[in-house]
Amino acid sequence: MARIGSTLAGTIRPERPIASGTNGERRPAALAFLVVLWLSLLVAFGVLVTLIITIIIDGQGQFTWRLFTEFPSSDPDRAGARPAILGSAWVIATTAVMTIPLGIAAAVHLEEFADKKNWFNKLIELNVQNLAAVPSIVYGLLALAFLTMLNVRDKNIVIAGALALSLLILPVIIIATREALRAVPTEIRQGSLALGATQWQTTWRQTLPSAVPGIATGSILALSRALGEAAPLLVLGALVFVSFDPNGILSGYTTLPIQIFNWTGRPQEGFHQLAAATSVLLLGVLVLMNGLAIYIRNRFQKRW
Amino acid sequence: MTTVASTGGPVASAPGRPAPSSPGSTPSNFVGKPRYGEFAIRIILRIAAGITVITTIGILIALLIPSLGFFAEVPVWDFLFGTRWAPRFADASFGVIPLVTATAWTTFLALIVAIPLGLGAAIFLAEYASPRLRKVLKPLLEILAGIPTVVYGYFALQFVQSTVLREWLQLETGAFSVLAAGLVMGVMIIPTIASISEDSMSAVPQAMRQGSAALGANRMQTTLRVVFPAALSGIVAAVVLGVSRAVGETMIVAIAAGNQANLVTNPLQAGQTMTGFIANAALGDSRVGSIEYDTLFAVGLLLFIITLAINFISIRFVRRFREIY
Repeated sequence: MARIGSTLAGTIRPERPIASGTNGERRPAALAFLVVLWLSLLVAFGVLVTLIITIIIDGQGQFTWRLFTEFPSSDPDRAGARPAILGSAWVIATTAVMTIPLGIAAAVHLEEFADKKNWFNKLIELNVQNLAAVPSIVYGLLALAFLTMLNVRDKNIVIAGALALSLLILPVIIIATREALRAVPTEIRQGSLALGATQWQTTWRQTLPSAVPGIATGSILALSRALGEAAPLLVLGALVFVSFDPNGILSGYTTLPIQIFNWTGRPQEGFHQLAAATSVLLLGVLVLMNGLAIYIRNRFQKRW
Repeated sequence: MTTVASTGGPVASAPGRPAPSSPGSTPSNFVGKPRYGEFAIRIILRIAAGITVITTIGILIALLIPSLGFFAEVPVWDFLFGTRWAPRFADASFGVIPLVTATAWTTFLALIVAIPLGLGAAIFLAEYASPRLRKVLKPLLEILAGIPTVVYGYFALQFVQSTVLREWLQLETGAFSVLAAGLVMGVMIIPTIASISEDSMSAVPQAMRQGSAALGANRMQTTLRVVFPAALSGIVAAVVLGVSRAVGETMIVAIAAGNQANLVTNPLQAGQTMTGFIANAALGDSRVGSIEYDTLFAVGLLLFIITLAINFISIRFVRRFREIY
């Protein structure tokens, strides 16, 4: 364009080429903007790296098999996190069983069946949005009051912790599932309905299978949030000295985050190292769970 | 997404379905046979959705009943505007303002960190990163979201407070500070803000970007003038969710902000937040029905009302600015 312009007449001289090929991407403002964007990512990742290095350096001395096999002790060099590991496993497994089916069912109702103009469904929509932002510790208070109402004396039991965590992550699972369902194109549903399938058959055989990767990713991320959560369990009295293996849903327990909190609060340096080592362990588990979620998303998610 | 009128549910007078063999040969009246299973499934799904409402009602009841017991002994006015918080002292005082100042400080500091960094990351991921780069960066950012708050708490106390603030910067601060807790909390919230804003920007139709580019805008202009406004509802929702996470965050402040309820005027001070109080008070063995036990719920109620109010603001805002494609 510029060449044609210059051959046509010398009088028409644009100050800069009409089409530069970069479309203004290299203007100073645009470049500065890009640098700022890069910096914000760099700062975030810088903190992440610093955090990981800190806990690895602090915890390396205590990251031994003893952490997996021993019970807590008043001597940091003999203490381990075995009951906390088992306790976390029990609590998370119970939470998953309680909350995932419920969350998916609620999301399917809202996304596929609910009449959006019905007051009840509007209320539920608003309510889920609100619940997602309720502080986690409030769910602890809810479970505490519920158990008090049932006259449960010993509130430090797996099922109680799982109840609090289930209600905590229920809105997370509902929102993730709704998003996954929403990403399935309407044409899929219309095609199925046009072939004579009922609405539930359409949901069960077309919409839900297409949304499974999104739902699985959301559920795993929600569970990993529950695994790292300590506040509601703290309110339920999970900060106790557990010298046995938790072995059922009515068993007493402590969890990894609670154990870390406990050891961080002790004055002795040895316990801080134990807290760091346990943090490394917890982070390792979470990275595996996140990795799985990401793998599922990247491997199975359809792009319509 | 319900685009076709409801077909399920039993229809009382529905005749048998016409023979499926030769479509077109028999006139169909388009009424299916009654499907009771389908109807039952709908009821089950509706109940599942209803449980969320029951949860909210449960929270309200659980918080209100002990709070009523509390406010029978402590006047609401003294609770809301009192400036001394000493529930376990002999001359007990229940003024919640010190807890509120600590919460306000940690939230404020967290937002100063999280809003610019979170939005910057979101814009980069949504508008600039190539699909390959995005596939690497997004999971990394989500790892930041997946770090347990108790680990952030350890980091805030052992590294940010004792190493950075005290050893490197030589600031006059004690073992705990609102500053360390707030800064680390901000990092914790970055992925919350980034992820939701990014989703909302990625949801803006490609045609709008192409239209903008066709008019000669570069990517910065397209981002700031087309994509950002179009995604504003999601971005506001992200920031507000960040605020309520900061207000409700417990473990970081319980570990790093300290346990004395001070009127916080300076971020280098230690202070106990509302959540920090609940976490610490729950550690002590408080008898059901005692004033200590009821205090937990009174503070919990205040916390709940604050986050609820923030949320309603966000929802109203989202509705007003929502653009539908």
